[in-house]
Amino acid sequence: MMGINKNASQVIAEIVSNKKVGAYHHMVFAVGELAKFAKPGNFVAIAVGGESSSMVLRRAFAIYRAFDRGTNGGLLEIVVAPHGAGSTWLTNQSVGFKVDLIAPLGTAFGIPTEPIRALLVGGGYGSAPLFGLSEVLKNRGCRVDMVLGASTAMKIYAPLDGKRSVSSLTITTEDGTTGITGKVTDVLPGIIETNQIDIIYSCGPMGMLEAINQIAAELGVVHQCAVEEAMACGIGVCMTCVLPIRGEDGEIRMLRSCIDGPVVDGSSVIWSSKRQIPEGTWGAN
Amino acid sequence: MFNFRTSLGQAEFENPIFTASGCAGSGKELAQFFDLTELGAVVTKSIMLKARSGRATPRMAETPSGMLNSIGLQGPGIDLFLEKDIPWLREQGARIVVSIAGESVEDYAILARKLRAVQGISALEVNISCPNVENRGQVFACQPATARAAIEAVRRNIGGDLPIIAKLTPDVTSIVEIAEEVVAAGADALALINTVLGMVIDINTMRPKLAGKTGGLSGPAIRPIAVRAIYQVHEALPNVKILGMGGVASGRDALELILAGASAVSVGTATFGNPTAVIKIKEELQNELIAHGFDSLREAVGYAHRKEVNL
Repeated sequence: MMGINKNASQVIAEIVSNKKVGAYHHMVFAVGELAKFAKPGNFVAIAVGGESSSMVLRRAFAIYRAFDRGTNGGLLEIVVAPHGAGSTWLTNQSVGFKVDLIAPLGTAFGIPTEPIRALLVGGGYGSAPLFGLSEVLKNRGCRVDMVLGASTAMKIYAPLDGKRSVSSLTITTEDGTTGITGKVTDVLPGIIETNQIDIIYSCGPMGMLEAINQIAAELGVVHQCAVEEAMACGIGVCMTCVLPIRGEDGEIRMLRSCIDGPVVDGSSVIWSSKRQIPEGTWGAN
Repeated sequence: MFNFRTSLGQAEFENPIFTASGCAGSGKELAQFFDLTELGAVVTKSIMLKARSGRATPRMAETPSGMLNSIGLQGPGIDLFLEKDIPWLREQGARIVVSIAGESVEDYAILARKLRAVQGISALEVNISCPNVENRGQVFACQPATARAAIEAVRRNIGGDLPIIAKLTPDVTSIVEIAEEVVAAGADALALINTVLGMVIDINTMRPKLAGKTGGLSGPAIRPIAVRAIYQVHEALPNVKILGMGGVASGRDALELILAGASAVSVGTATFGNPTAVIKIKEELQNELIAHGFDSLREAVGYAHRKEVNL
């Protein structure tokens, strides 16, 4: 699961669609061949601001879906929350505009060989990569349940065609504007038990992933999560997006979420570190 | 035929565009985007004696035309580095400049001894100016005496003719004074400049944004500081070769550092925004030099220092 994504390449990609969906923008890029290498969990890194921009770093987005259309060229779809200057610039670009894009980057969700019962949990636009994942899982004969949560209804990303790929969809909002009032973690234990869940796949803010991991650990369910750490480069050279992960050899290392993640085994992350270097980490002094 | 060759100390390079230390990973991360032999040299991340976890997160903040980083020299330590990274770079046929960093003068001496017999290294960058250490007193390049001691330790232990490039910080009253000191101590060339110490405060939490509080500022925002430092040092020490770095994002920017006195140019932060930036910059630089009427890179080095001639 770990290591450099050898399929990554850099392309100039045209925006072929840019639609506002609730609080987000659904954007589609013509990326050519590389679409066929994109797997659920992988991400893209896009240069923002244009040639003379003062924003020197790329912005990373989880891949929502990828379509390999043979000689017609592939498409990559992402969901963008315009909350910073870079993401706002991107969502303001029109169809036909070309961006510098690198994909697919990072690790992908591990797909079981057996037809097992999977629960997909997304927070906010963290739901994006889960729809592509659910299609893959369904094609493998897995039962797929989904829980999506956000602070408010506008921030739930759940397109109609996405919903078709899941057996059940539960929505939670903290303000109660749609679905169940509360957090995703309020409904998880019940769903895990009722549907006899074997594996949880999650994507969203770190606090949510930590809470999901605790439930997964208590109930003995495997948990794969896509972590969210601030990145400067997205390709493994800047060492800023690190988090403490315990390897199979028992050693804790500060690993890059762009290369050794974003998808990691939830039980391997030292969640208690709260962004500090845990005691005993390899090379800690 | 345009001559792009350059040299630092006794080491010759096919072209003057290098990566910057700490901005090219182990080399493998960039190798999937271009052939490393395209580079004048790969400058490795500054390696220390022992494995190092680096600092807590957040380690990074984007700033106008730049970024602040506080990595804290995360790395595998010299032994694992020599066992894994160097053989791999050698296999690629890349020219290698190894960057080293120590916590004490003794560290620099031991690092130099471990590197003296290693095959396939073109030069040694001695990083005595990393800003991301716990104690500012550990920034050797901030004081003439400590700068001298670190470079002397490397000189005494390196043997042979492996060029020593001393990497300096502009965060001093007189960079020329430090440059003269390290050259007297045995540095063959100078790397100018390391990042500039800075801070960002998050106005939501109302605390410093980086876990390490301060960080090193890099990117185009610091380019004028780099140009100034290179110009001053080249003026004082015209025979000492300079590896210039600081916010180079285009061939035009690289030319600016060369005109100030750099014989080669490292590209760092631009790689974070664009993994193929080094290749783009190399091509643009050659075009700029030709467009300005130079037949070789060497003719352009320090050209901004020429005396006015009234005809």
